[in-house]
Amino acid sequence: MTIAMTWINVGTIDAIPQQGSRTLTLGDTPIALFRTIHDEVFALVDRCPHKHGPLSQGIVHGRRVTCPLHSWVIDLASGEAQGPDEGCAGHIPLRLDGGQVFIGYTPSAGGCTHD
Amino acid sequence: MSQPSSQRPHLVVVGNGMAGMRTVEDLLNRAPGQYQITVFGAEPRVNYNRIMLSPLLAGEKCFDEIVINTAEWYRDNDITLISGDPVVAIDRVQKTVTSRDGKTVSYDHLLLATGSQPIVIPVPGHTLPGVVGFRDVEDVEAMLAAASKGGHAVVIGGGLLGLEAAAGLQGRGMQVTIIHLAGHLMERQLDPSAGYLLSSALQQRGLTVLTEANTAEIVGDSHVTAVRLHDGRELPADLVVMAVGIRPQTTLAKDCGLTVNRGIVVDDLMSTSDPAISAVGECVEHRGQCHGLVAPLYEMAKVLADRLAGRDTAGYQPAATSTKLKVTGIDVFSAGDFSGGDGTEDIVFRDAGRGVYKRIVLHGNTIKGAVLYGDTADGGWYFQLLRAGEDVTAHRDTLIFGPAFAGDTSGNPKQAVAALSDDAEICGCNGVCKGTIVSAITEKGLTTLDEVKAHTKASASCGSCAGLVESILVATLGDGYQAADRKPLCGCTSHDHDHVRREIVARGLKSQAAVMQALEWSTPDGCHVCRPALNYYLLCAWPTEYQDHGPSRFINERVHANIQKDGTYSVIPRMWGGLTNPAELRAIADVAEKFSIPTVKVTGGQRIDLLGVRKEDLPAVWADLNAAGMVSGHAYGKSLRTVKTCVGAEWCRFGTQRSMDMGVELEKMTWGSWMPHKFKMAVSGCPRNCAEATIKDFGVVAVDSGWELHVGGNGGIHVRATDLLCKVSTTDEVKEYCGAFVQMYREQARYLERTAPWIERIGLEPVRQAIVEDAENRAALYQRFLHSQSVSQDDPWQARAEGRVDAHEFAPLSPSHPLAAE
Repeated sequence: MTIAMTWINVGTIDAIPQQGSRTLTLGDTPIALFRTIHDEVFALVDRCPHKHGPLSQGIVHGRRVTCPLHSWVIDLASGEAQGPDEGCAGHIPLRLDGGQVFIGYTPSAGGCTHD
Repeated sequence: MSQPSSQRPHLVVVGNGMAGMRTVEDLLNRAPGQYQITVFGAEPRVNYNRIMLSPLLAGEKCFDEIVINTAEWYRDNDITLISGDPVVAIDRVQKTVTSRDGKTVSYDHLLLATGSQPIVIPVPGHTLPGVVGFRDVEDVEAMLAAASKGGHAVVIGGGLLGLEAAAGLQGRGMQVTIIHLAGHLMERQLDPSAGYLLSSALQQRGLTVLTEANTAEIVGDSHVTAVRLHDGRELPADLVVMAVGIRPQTTLAKDCGLTVNRGIVVDDLMSTSDPAISAVGECVEHRGQCHGLVAPLYEMAKVLADRLAGRDTAGYQPAATSTKLKVTGIDVFSAGDFSGGDGTEDIVFRDAGRGVYKRIVLHGNTIKGAVLYGDTADGGWYFQLLRAGEDVTAHRDTLIFGPAFAGDTSGNPKQAVAALSDDAEICGCNGVCKGTIVSAITEKGLTTLDEVKAHTKASASCGSCAGLVESILVATLGDGYQAADRKPLCGCTSHDHDHVRREIVARGLKSQAAVMQALEWSTPDGCHVCRPALNYYLLCAWPTEYQDHGPSRFINERVHANIQKDGTYSVIPRMWGGLTNPAELRAIADVAEKFSIPTVKVTGGQRIDLLGVRKEDLPAVWADLNAAGMVSGHAYGKSLRTVKTCVGAEWCRFGTQRSMDMGVELEKMTWGSWMPHKFKMAVSGCPRNCAEATIKDFGVVAVDSGWELHVGGNGGIHVRATDLLCKVSTTDEVKEYCGAFVQMYREQARYLERTAPWIERIGLEPVRQAIVEDAENRAALYQRFLHSQSVSQDDPWQARAEGRVDAHEFAPLSPSHPLAAE
């Protein structure tokens, strides 16, 4: 069964600091929104594939974030762990519309689309 | 040839600017004489090249030189030009336009090319005389008149146009300040690195650049006298230029009921919602986009000319655009989309010696965007590859070097170096050419970078060409080259910690962007390894000038608490010298109950740890602790952690000195100072050493005649007992030696190097020489420490509890407004 994805407005890009992040919770899913130095915005499930560390608390560099717990480096665009580490933080569709940030919400997927 | 004018369809053009006239020119080329043409222009002159207003202001061109079409051209092409008499109304039913002077002209086809107008920020005082835009020849004339009197000019807006206006006015002798709302100049065309370089170059020329500056008011009675910012600063101004952007001029179109959003809405064939009316240029909106650059406008002109001439046209397709800043001596180029995005990769090249920054954004195998600063010669080439969507896989590794290396089929940067001619300059500081280095290597049998440095002086000064010199070594020696054991700080740079630090001080680098540019970082904004190190090195070198950069700190130092495995935090208030009292304990107990803090534990450093605090509760927890007089314990920082004490002569029957007092004094002096790594101290009141001072970074052990000072101890994985540094008599001496030692460690140890491995690396003797033997140096170190402390002893908890700093850290976003189900 397919349950429709809904685009949810989670605020403006200005609410997210450059090279930083903000968090929110949808259903039971903790979500991290990241903004790079070049003003790209990405959303991931806020759980490192390693030991479930909150990625939102990491250092954002380039298009990556380093987990604060054990320094795994996660690609923001895909959620994939980089380097020798393997695993993926749930990736959440995101779109920007005139400075407003929308993320794709799919209730059946435990809150969000993990692809 | 052409039909008599009365039988030809009448094309009326509203707007005598670049887009409208380019359409007419293109149309005349395609179908000479097909239309009878009438052009209305608001400005009382012939058509001119608006892009050249900057050179006009700068005095590099005169008006005649920027004229595109002379009066003769209009006459020769049988065009009726009605200038200085703008159209004020369109009657779509009668198909007529009416001018301000009352001329009514009927049309068969109407072309709106009304352009745009500068955006005026409606702050108080925006209508005062002396406030101008930068849009037409009148504006330039007003600016030139003001400049002839000298004085101060304030340019609001650090975009393309604003910077050109600022440079022009400065060239005309005015003192110019640019105020810009965003964090870096030209943020729509440049990334922060290039924006930084641009800002430095402009400041070197004597312009003042204020970023993140928001205009509150334009001050003056009968004429502008100053600009006041939101933060209260007031800048003197005899002239204010508003260059914050443009807005499509759509009044006419709106009045006659055409579809207008931000601009006049057109389709791919440049037709408005009325098929008898077309529009081109800055006044239009095509697929939601408005354009202000000339290339798309010319593209629109071509499409419309094709259609009016009855030719087939694929219609207007938005394409990537490129921009160049027209300020003499400053070369900036950007093209396409350099904001990155899914699946894009950056190639970054920096040449500090020449002040060059290049960034190419790749998507798959093609170029998506480019930013060039300092050397823009290859801009056209990149732009061509970008527009053509060419597959660049084959020469990807040498792409950044430009077309000169593109023919090199090997695609190997080392070979790119090999391809350099012998007279190519490698070391700009010492003027050493490639040939000199190669012959030194072969003739003298050199095999290491240091030898080349010693023999040729190449890379001996700023060191930024070290990578290039190494490439030459590799190219010359092949497998015979062994890289030196010089561990780079991280993957973003080839430089080691010590080199980076030296350069920061020697070259006065005062921001991360400056370091990354000067030392040729290979990434746009570093990584989680180099950024915290740079942040520390900069803070240590320039304590009162460098602006601490939160996003470059590990989370613990950013939120002033320790992250735990479950994402909660621990909070440890400071207890000076390990001392507390009933009021503090009561406050801690209350906080623990109020916020349901699950674990309360005594630490090894004689503090109380509250574990399992939710992040969003941190400010409130701190507020309660602050209210009881407690401040941050910095248990989370690369900083002074704790001063552990025994009860000393205050209570102990064996105590020889008052160790608790000494501990409190030392902690009051050193708290809040950022260091390469955590730093622990202890004071024992007698040689029984109950405070375990001999496994601390700085340990003080009381003896009958004074105090023994110990350094470089460590518990942890590799236990290291301290080295005895010296013995002193007074409290003041203990403080001076302690401050001097901390400062030497701060200035010389590598980031994340504790005192124990630092002293093992350099030996105790240099430390003893610098601190014990050299009284003058000791005093200087101590003074530098106190200077740095003068700005660092500010309780970070209080600032955050009051919501003054980083409020966004502690509040989650709240989702709202589902857009639409898909």
